[in-house]
Amino acid sequence: MTREGPDVLVIGGGAAGMAAATAAAEAGASTMLFEREREPGGVLAQCIHTGFGLHRYQEELSGPEFGERLLRALDASGAQVLCECSAVDIAPDGPVVEALHPGGRLRVRPRTVIWATGAQERPFGSLMIPGPRPAGIYTAGLAQRFVNIHGLLPGRRALILGSGDIGLIMARRLHLEGMEVAAVVEIQPHPGGLVRNVVQCLEDYGIPLLLSHTITAIAGGDRLTGVTVAAVDKAGRPIAESERYVAVDTLVLSVGLIPDNELVAGFTPLDPVNRGPLVDARMRTRVPWLYAAGNNVAIFDLVDAVAAVGEVAGRAAARQARGDVVEPGAIPLVRGSGVHHLVPSRLLRGVPTTLYLRATRPMRPARIRIGEFHTQTVPAVRPSEMVEVRLPADALGQGGDGIPATVEVSEA
Amino acid sequence: MRIAVIGAGVVGALIARELTRYETDVLLFEKEDDVGWGVTKANSGIVHGGFHEIPGSQRAALCVEGNAAYEALCEVLDVPFARIGAWTVALREEDRPALASLLEQGEANGVPGLDLVGRATLRRHEPSLSETAVAGLWAPSVGITEPWALATAAVENACENGLDLHLAEPVTAIRTRGERVDAIVTSRGKLPVDAVVNAAGLFADRVAAMVGLCEPVQFPRRGEYVLLDKAAGSLVRSVIFPTPSDASKGILVVPTVDGGLLLGPTAQNLERGAVDATGTTAAGIREVIDGATRLVPGLDLSLAIKTFAGLRPETVAETFIVGSTAVAGFYQAAAMRSPGLTAAPAVAKRLVEGAMKRELGLRQRTTFQPVRRGIRKLLDLPEAQRDAQIAEDPAYGRLVCHCNRVTEAEIVEAIHRGARSLDGVKFRTRAGFGRCQGGFCTDKVLQILTRELRVPMARVPLRGEDAWLLGEEVRP
Amino acid sequence: MTEKRLICVSCPIGCEITVRLEQGTITEVSGNRCPRGETYARQEAVDPMRVLPTNVKVLHGALPLVSVKTDRPVPRRAIEAIMRRVRALSVEAPVGAGQVLADDLPGTDAKLVATRTVERAGEADGCGELDADQARRRRCRGRC
Repeated sequence: MTREGPDVLVIGGGAAGMAAATAAAEAGASTMLFEREREPGGVLAQCIHTGFGLHRYQEELSGPEFGERLLRALDASGAQVLCECSAVDIAPDGPVVEALHPGGRLRVRPRTVIWATGAQERPFGSLMIPGPRPAGIYTAGLAQRFVNIHGLLPGRRALILGSGDIGLIMARRLHLEGMEVAAVVEIQPHPGGLVRNVVQCLEDYGIPLLLSHTITAIAGGDRLTGVTVAAVDKAGRPIAESERYVAVDTLVLSVGLIPDNELVAGFTPLDPVNRGPLVDARMRTRVPWLYAAGNNVAIFDLVDAVAAVGEVAGRAAARQARGDVVEPGAIPLVRGSGVHHLVPSRLLRGVPTTLYLRATRPMRPARIRIGEFHTQTVPAVRPSEMVEVRLPADALGQGGDGIPATVEVSEA
Repeated sequence: MRIAVIGAGVVGALIARELTRYETDVLLFEKEDDVGWGVTKANSGIVHGGFHEIPGSQRAALCVEGNAAYEALCEVLDVPFARIGAWTVALREEDRPALASLLEQGEANGVPGLDLVGRATLRRHEPSLSETAVAGLWAPSVGITEPWALATAAVENACENGLDLHLAEPVTAIRTRGERVDAIVTSRGKLPVDAVVNAAGLFADRVAAMVGLCEPVQFPRRGEYVLLDKAAGSLVRSVIFPTPSDASKGILVVPTVDGGLLLGPTAQNLERGAVDATGTTAAGIREVIDGATRLVPGLDLSLAIKTFAGLRPETVAETFIVGSTAVAGFYQAAAMRSPGLTAAPAVAKRLVEGAMKRELGLRQRTTFQPVRRGIRKLLDLPEAQRDAQIAEDPAYGRLVCHCNRVTEAEIVEAIHRGARSLDGVKFRTRAGFGRCQGGFCTDKVLQILTRELRVPMARVPLRGEDAWLLGEEVRP
Repeated sequence: MTEKRLICVSCPIGCEITVRLEQGTITEVSGNRCPRGETYARQEAVDPMRVLPTNVKVLHGALPLVSVKTDRPVPRRAIEAIMRRVRALSVEAPVGAGQVLADDLPGTDAKLVATRTVERAGEADGCGELDADQARRRRCRGRC
């Protein structure tokens, strides 16, 4: 039996989903949130470090605190939240969403859907590193969950592959909890995470950061016994003569996040660089009833931004569900030189928009150009730090609907 | 009458099951912590047609016979099997004669439905094949299965029929009296037996040596693989073979029963005794990728989720060693190299119904129950039954592994059926086998194991005892 | 004279700042583009301060640990001693977010505060109407 409604169904109760459901409910839409864990919050509960909320709340909060703020607002908004509820199918004809739930199955026919499922970690196997398959290899998020939620260390002596923020955070975490952290190994010539984390997680504790290095093999039987580390050339290829063995029993991976778009990829186009659905300034995809927000659209670095785009989606979906749809002129954005991730892919006339982008390489200073509409110079850009460009409602001027604007980042 | 089978891989499991049809005590000894964790765990999962085998050979006969038995066997044991067929592809003009030769061989072996087609027909069936493919040999009888699922199912059914299963109990010696088997010695002590079946896979030579036999003389042959996620699965519909070399069938592109794509294997002979060399190598992975992309150029390697290597027991003569031996009561089902998985049902039947029944005077029971039902998977149930299932047990409504849609109830059932480690749950349910490779569900699976087995989480291993997963408590 | 080079983390620019010290006293700060950089560099060069996030053992809780942080930055040099103190602590569930778990951390006036709530074991299950104040418990946990 298919239940009609709600106005807005949010799939995923992490930061984006919570903010989206809150915004939709506050805007007067009947709102439901499906969260597959026992509690909403996504990874926030396990991110016990601070650095969250500087933009959203002008306070420096830990992940759990940030999650708590979002959760309180969600509870107060009147949105119906179903936990242990996993969406298993979205039929675009309807749409009809089917979900699994210990209380029984659910089938709903919402007016709009906000897809806010976040991302998964890239697993070890995808790196195709030769060697056996011993115990002791963990993605950083899983290791973090064992340490911070279950209270168990993943091993005794670790090496971390990848210097993204989660890898840097875990280097500090494991060190403070008594593990030896042999090194953080990064294939690029520059760190993948925030400079602040390089300083406060590695330099503070004397944990070596090996830039332009990678792992070429692992060793072990039932448990990992070590890895082979090698320097790489400018093309990222390992230099055989530089190989050396590092004895560790734990390998922690921070080698990338992959947006989860399993249930929607079949019917809405994905941006190949973002690896997430193409969205406009309201976070609406090319499918009229489907919105997307958060790390499943592109990998963001600040949870504040994830919550912000969730809100944009929530407000817009609520408005649409109420029939309050104005179709403004649209300006498609084209990725020009120097631009990696770019969200949204389409601006809407009269709609104030925050544009999120990542540069392909460090530039200092840098000029950001958005078609003929906007240019700004910033002191520095780094691939690891997303840039936010705020475009007010009147930024797009008159005329020229449908004519693409190129977004470029270049040395200033 | 007491018979000990050594080795709970797919061969030993099927033999043990056959033996439980008779009035005899059957014991199955396995040195690993779980069933099917040797050769059975890491191979291509292909049920071969038999057109690679030399006509009149023992392998040809057992392969064709085994292949024909798969449907019924997997039906009765509730094991996945799909007869998806295979294309052997000639990528160049000079490969055409090889196809003709395979066709001839296959027909001589009684392989049904073989058909040689040209480029156009081939590409109509498999549009992702290389542009250079000039011809293809279609073999509709080729299938795919999940070898460890078959071994597990056979053991479960055999246990229902009275099998005494001994896991984590290696056989260390076999006593003979005169020229006849008298007792076995395991890690737990000595046990008088009337017969022993050596199905010890990579260790069959060591078991044979326990009774003074010098056959098989075997060495491990390593095959490396790359596994692609389900998103790659729709690229091909059948198993894709290149034309074979002298050394091996070649690097294949194989759909898996759960929708993924398996690339491989390489074929590297290792030295005797290298039975732990299950690591992949840089050269091997490159060879797999090269070979597979030669057949299917559009393979997206960014969809790789795992690489692994499997060892097969190989002999110089390349034949199976099946039957009685100079030592009365000692039987071999050894040197089960490719197509060992395919031949296993035929080997089990022939050995038990033939030499063993005759020589040991086995009498059939009337109470053998052949049917075994696997773990009920909620999302495999017809829609109409799902609500009732969840109402009966809410754990069916709780997904634990999202990539492969495994519910908590299924994981609990796997534990009740014998899973005691993370791999034990993985291999029985596929939880952790999907795109995220356990990134999201590993801690939850461990929580369930902790709860059901009543052991601290840090004590639950990946597989056996030494594969420890977690260290000290953060706050003891 | 010693020279310390550090990267300022006050904003995304990441100025490379050089601090010159004579016998522990700062004589020169250069390379910063703004006053925040100078403030950061002066502190960082002489006595770096850090907010410390960690966990404290929970007794009889739904979870074994509660995430905590120092309520303000503490001297980096005191972290080792603080961690020893943290490891010796335990708190009885329920623990509320913001609850002070220790106010006697060595080397600092900072207090250790819980950053989340951990309820007592066994009370967090089901579609509880246990505590009307805590809106979270109105959330259906799968029995509806």
